[in-house]
Amino acid sequence: MTKRQAKKRGIAWPIIKYISLIFFSFVALVPVVSCLNTSFKTTEEYRNTNVMQLPSNIDFSNYVTAFKQANMGRAFINSGIILACVLVGSTIIGTQLAYVLNRFKFPGNNLIRNLFLFATLLPGIAMQVPVYKIMHDLGFINHLYGYIIMMMGTDVISIYIFIQFFENIPVSLDESAILDGASYFTIYRKILLPLLKPAIVTSMVLKGVGTYNEYYCANLYLQDKTKLPTVATSLYTFVGPLGSQYNLICAGVIISLLPALVIFILCQKQIYSGIAMGAVKG
Amino acid sequence: METNALGAKKRNAFNFKKWSRSRNGQQTFIIIAFMIIPLLLLFVFTYLPFGEMVKFSFYDMKYVGRRTWVGLQNYKDVFQRTDCFAALKLSLYYMAGALIQLVIALYLATILSFKVKFGNLFKGCMFFPFLINGIAVGFIFKFFFTRGYVFDTVLQWCGFSLQNLPYWLKDQSINNVSLVGTSVWRFFGQNMVLFIGAIMSVDGSMYEAAELDGANKFQTFLYIILPSIKSIVVLNIILSITGSLSAFEPPYVITAGANGTATYFVVMDRIAHTSQKVGLASAMAVVLLGIIFIVTILQKLFFKYVFRNAEDESPKKSKRRQKKLMAGKEVAAQ
Repeated sequence: MTKRQAKKRGIAWPIIKYISLIFFSFVALVPVVSCLNTSFKTTEEYRNTNVMQLPSNIDFSNYVTAFKQANMGRAFINSGIILACVLVGSTIIGTQLAYVLNRFKFPGNNLIRNLFLFATLLPGIAMQVPVYKIMHDLGFINHLYGYIIMMMGTDVISIYIFIQFFENIPVSLDESAILDGASYFTIYRKILLPLLKPAIVTSMVLKGVGTYNEYYCANLYLQDKTKLPTVATSLYTFVGPLGSQYNLICAGVIISLLPALVIFILCQKQIYSGIAMGAVKG
Repeated sequence: METNALGAKKRNAFNFKKWSRSRNGQQTFIIIAFMIIPLLLLFVFTYLPFGEMVKFSFYDMKYVGRRTWVGLQNYKDVFQRTDCFAALKLSLYYMAGALIQLVIALYLATILSFKVKFGNLFKGCMFFPFLINGIAVGFIFKFFFTRGYVFDTVLQWCGFSLQNLPYWLKDQSINNVSLVGTSVWRFFGQNMVLFIGAIMSVDGSMYEAAELDGANKFQTFLYIILPSIKSIVVLNIILSITGSLSAFEPPYVITAGANGTATYFVVMDRIAHTSQKVGLASAMAVVLLGIIFIVTILQKLFFKYVFRNAEDESPKKSKRRQKKLMAGKEVAAQ
């Protein structure tokens, strides 16, 4: 290989590299940015100009209308309640289960791990047919608590994140606490839970985004759309008669994804590491 | 007699008290206390429904009201109805899409694992679609693909004329490709982040060594990166194929299954919740689960076989190479 060849390749690769990065970023952003663009247009402007043309002035009235029409105030309150309960509940359940599975040897330990692992293989949509019947029999349909309880139970990835984290906390810590006379609950609550903080943040961010974005079960089990919309299902308002008023719809869509965007900007690291950790479990 | 029994009871009670205070007893208590809720939830929302689903599949029933035993009739229907099993063909589109997505993700992950200007910004832009909720994605792409709107405009910038462009969501020859495209759009960034995580965990000195040896980027990728993240790539291939069989979201939120875009689960959802034929829907779910298990097992066996051969071979090869090297050195020494 001559020097010139090396130089040539040295220039070509960075160019290809940056072109591909710019191209794929463009692909990822265009649908969202065009939506943002349209959300600022008045109805008249939306009808008469090309969608990619910039709006003449930035006008937030679509946001106000969309927020009111889709009952989004109520939706944000509901989603907030659901998020708070599901996150607290699933964190307590998940850390406790992981603690027991990681720290104690007992018959059935492996069986239980496998039961949770096997559950991931069952596609959620298929299971909703019988789950709907069970929810119906339990009287859980059209109640926030029913939906919350259901959402708490189906979380395997965070359990795996916790178990992995426990594996890196030395058992000698527990043992010395036992010598000091601490009970197992004290060990879990006072020693291990604080150490688990990074894993808890990671799993909460992932679970939070997942819960916030969940719409299929919310639609199925919270059917009363005037009282029980979540942010995701409130967008259903725009199906039907409003179906072609995209300036309004786009405003609704942008409102609904703002919280996720804020969380993403604040917690990028936790999200990325959570996804990488979730991948290792297989 | 009676006094004896009482005595035994007392002794037992005493023992139980003592036992409950011992470490062993405390352990049992904490195990039960901490596991009862998660196991209950797992049972109620996963295994009980799983059992019920199998049971329902033998009945003709609705959610409420009387049910009649029909034996295997539902299963026969699944294979005979034109709308059920035929829908599985659409999975091929999703499989192709998933593989393309893996390739794009691997390519971008390789670029972003090394020093790149604005690397985090690019990564963030490409990852963000993953965080948008399904309904919003549906609206975004209904808008995106509308005649003369975003996608058509972008293509017109590139020199296409509107007359030659198809209706992306109506034209049956292209609409499934459009839908698969939205799925790739949504998940390639997530896959990429996953691969970046895997590539970062490879020992950095390997790359330096490769660079010193004069390997180009492609060679580095092929001989160092790919072998080290092999298991994650394989896992994702397996997941993407089973995922394609159960493809649901893109058609559900964008076209609602119209114009020949209804995948197997969209058909199942319609049968279960619109026509309320719970028995038939359950049979459909059971059939697909069966297929997914078989496919998963076959794939695992396949990859195991492929890799066992590779692993058997490589030590032998390296030994041979070492022998050659030794021989060469001896010759050189002589």
